[in-house]
Amino acid sequence: MHLLVCGGTSCRASESALIAESLKRELEEKGLGNEVQVVMTGCFGLCEKGPVVKVMPDNTFYVQVRPEDAAAIVAEHVIKGKPVQRLLYVNPSNGEHVSGSGQMGSFRKQIRIALRNCGFINPENIDEYIAREGYAAIGKCVTEYTAADVIGIIKKSGLRGRGGAGFPTGLKWEIASKNQSYQKYVVCNADEGDPGAFMDRSVLEGDPHSVLEAMAICGYAIGASKGLIYIRAEYPLAIKRLKIAITQAREYGLLGNNILGSDFSFDIDLRYGAGAFVCGEETALIHSMEGMRGEPTNKPPFPAESGFMGKPSNVNNVETFASVPVIINKGWEWFSSIGTEKSKGTKVFALAGKINNVGLIEVPMGITLREIIFEIGGGIKNGKRFKAVQTGGPSGGCLTEHHLDTPIDFDNLVAAGSMMGSGGMIVMDEDDCMVSIAKFFLEFTVEESCGKCAPCRIGNKRIYELLTHITKGNGTLADLDRLRNMCNVIKDTSLCGLGQTSPNPVLSTMDNFMDEYIAHVTDKRCPAGSCRDLMKYTIIEEKCVGCTACARGCPVNAISGERKELHFIDQKKCIKCGACFERCKFSAVLIN
Amino acid sequence: MSSIKIELRKEDVDKINEICDSFDNEPLELINILHKTQEHFGYLPAEIQEATASKLNIPVAQVYGVVTFYSFFTMTPRGRHPISICMGTACYVRGAEKVLDEFKKELAIQVGQTTADGKFSLSSLRCVGACGLAPVVLIGEKTYGRVAPDDVQDILKEYQ
Repeated sequence: MHLLVCGGTSCRASESALIAESLKRELEEKGLGNEVQVVMTGCFGLCEKGPVVKVMPDNTFYVQVRPEDAAAIVAEHVIKGKPVQRLLYVNPSNGEHVSGSGQMGSFRKQIRIALRNCGFINPENIDEYIAREGYAAIGKCVTEYTAADVIGIIKKSGLRGRGGAGFPTGLKWEIASKNQSYQKYVVCNADEGDPGAFMDRSVLEGDPHSVLEAMAICGYAIGASKGLIYIRAEYPLAIKRLKIAITQAREYGLLGNNILGSDFSFDIDLRYGAGAFVCGEETALIHSMEGMRGEPTNKPPFPAESGFMGKPSNVNNVETFASVPVIINKGWEWFSSIGTEKSKGTKVFALAGKINNVGLIEVPMGITLREIIFEIGGGIKNGKRFKAVQTGGPSGGCLTEHHLDTPIDFDNLVAAGSMMGSGGMIVMDEDDCMVSIAKFFLEFTVEESCGKCAPCRIGNKRIYELLTHITKGNGTLADLDRLRNMCNVIKDTSLCGLGQTSPNPVLSTMDNFMDEYIAHVTDKRCPAGSCRDLMKYTIIEEKCVGCTACARGCPVNAISGERKELHFIDQKKCIKCGACFERCKFSAVLIN
Repeated sequence: MSSIKIELRKEDVDKINEICDSFDNEPLELINILHKTQEHFGYLPAEIQEATASKLNIPVAQVYGVVTFYSFFTMTPRGRHPISICMGTACYVRGAEKVLDEFKKELAIQVGQTTADGKFSLSSLRCVGACGLAPVVLIGEKTYGRVAPDDVQDILKEYQ
């Protein structure tokens, strides 16, 4: 029997390491220390309900476990074989306890390829990876296939880059392989900067060896002997596990000289980022790896021709790499049977925001937004109404109710005015103001623009100022035209992907929620009730019972009224903080 | 460069040289060198940048350019308990801005500043990847999840 405790960042932050310790102690006390193993794994994907503990082989899933629950799990489940009811996942639609992950809505419809080992193996033990077909693919490559064979398999599988733009991976490898050089590099882009996306981190934390193996396969295919992983310094746990994995792989002869007795040699080093979103752009990333400011340069030359140190380099993202060993093991036919015509395989999405099951999911391409949000994600928090979902982070756009039944793949998302991006999906409900959301993303872009080219450096700042103007109620209809015009100019004239996509959140919210923009400029009203400067709080006479909750909660004493009598808000004193609205149990505070 | 003037002691310079040596004084490793240096000194004031540049035999401007480009590097000392508020999208839609405002109010400092007693410093960062716990606040190594503005006073009390 195994007790798997989630050791992902989210669960660790809720003391999952303590839970593992308590479980071990309980087992020792009961004399079961040798029979039952406690394993810290990577992310299970159900971060909302963390910390998560899974009992194998029964496949029982315990959620929101606390260290003091360890005694019950050992006494009831391990010894008596009865699941601890109160710790089971509760199905939000019918309130029933669900024991196995197979019966949970959030796991049905998922196909795990990149995340195949996350939550199943101890990421700090190479043997567990090997036991699940680990390093079989590199073995197959160096003994059975030529470099051209490997590229052929990846091309035929239809794998496209998971980092955002969806460039065909096999084609990228082929270009790098054709450029002759005595030294080439395989680069793994683990600079996951998109706020709200954390799939790369989960793969690195939960299954680091799959990335190392895939990089070696890529090295074999393109003729490179050196791999570099560019990782954010903000991910200390992923860095630690990668270091352990690299050391173990070297000890086993799976990295280093003459891998598995062949004449292929390959080794991997880590490079650290230092907090710059633009470094996710491949030319900027390469400059950063060279110890310089991470400013992008024009393409061509592409990294495949002249990359790190001026040598041909192949840059792929973590999730792309994680899919590679499976494709080699199971064959391109299998991989390309999943997904849509032009987007094969699966995609990992990080579901976050106003949704019941925040977490990581891996679904086949072509699934609809409705299935993701309402079946896997368990619907909107607090029974609110779905409004939009932002995909592609600061470079993407929003999808609305109209897009709920559109099959999700690279091309459909672009057609809908958004993009796949790295796979962040931020769900928004009726309380979110779309103008503010656009402003939020622009604030991000302004902060992260490297400043090299004028359209991005100056233009985005101007857009941000215009949006601030509008959310304060000072905008005009002419401002909206100016806004759209400026967005198009920035898109057309910026140097790199960051600037070329930065206006997307504005354009897409304007396309889908023009009525909200108009309400802000003509009626000076925020329909979602979120723009503070446009709000006016009043108390509804019929609903107020005089409980004084609002008056007591008001930080500026703007609310007057005797107990059991109607209360009144002094508009001159009101700072529009919303405390009264949140405190009123009788819905007597009206925002308009 | 920065208004704070410090005098580097001999052992400080030795430490910088030691870090540079451990990377073979290779300018390509500048970011890794600065990571190590900041880990040791807590921040990267002008004097440290100058010492690093002279050891690596590169212009100070190049070091300064890198330090100011990346948000991870800081030229002012952080507080003993650095507070970082996640302003990633997931935290933002779950109210991180209000939490940040509360910290600003309670500590009477702005983002990027340190309290006069050197105890707390305030910064915002983009996504720690614990979106299930949004909004998230980090104080030193400790993570606080699902923080509401009302919790801020109690959290700060833990460090009194």
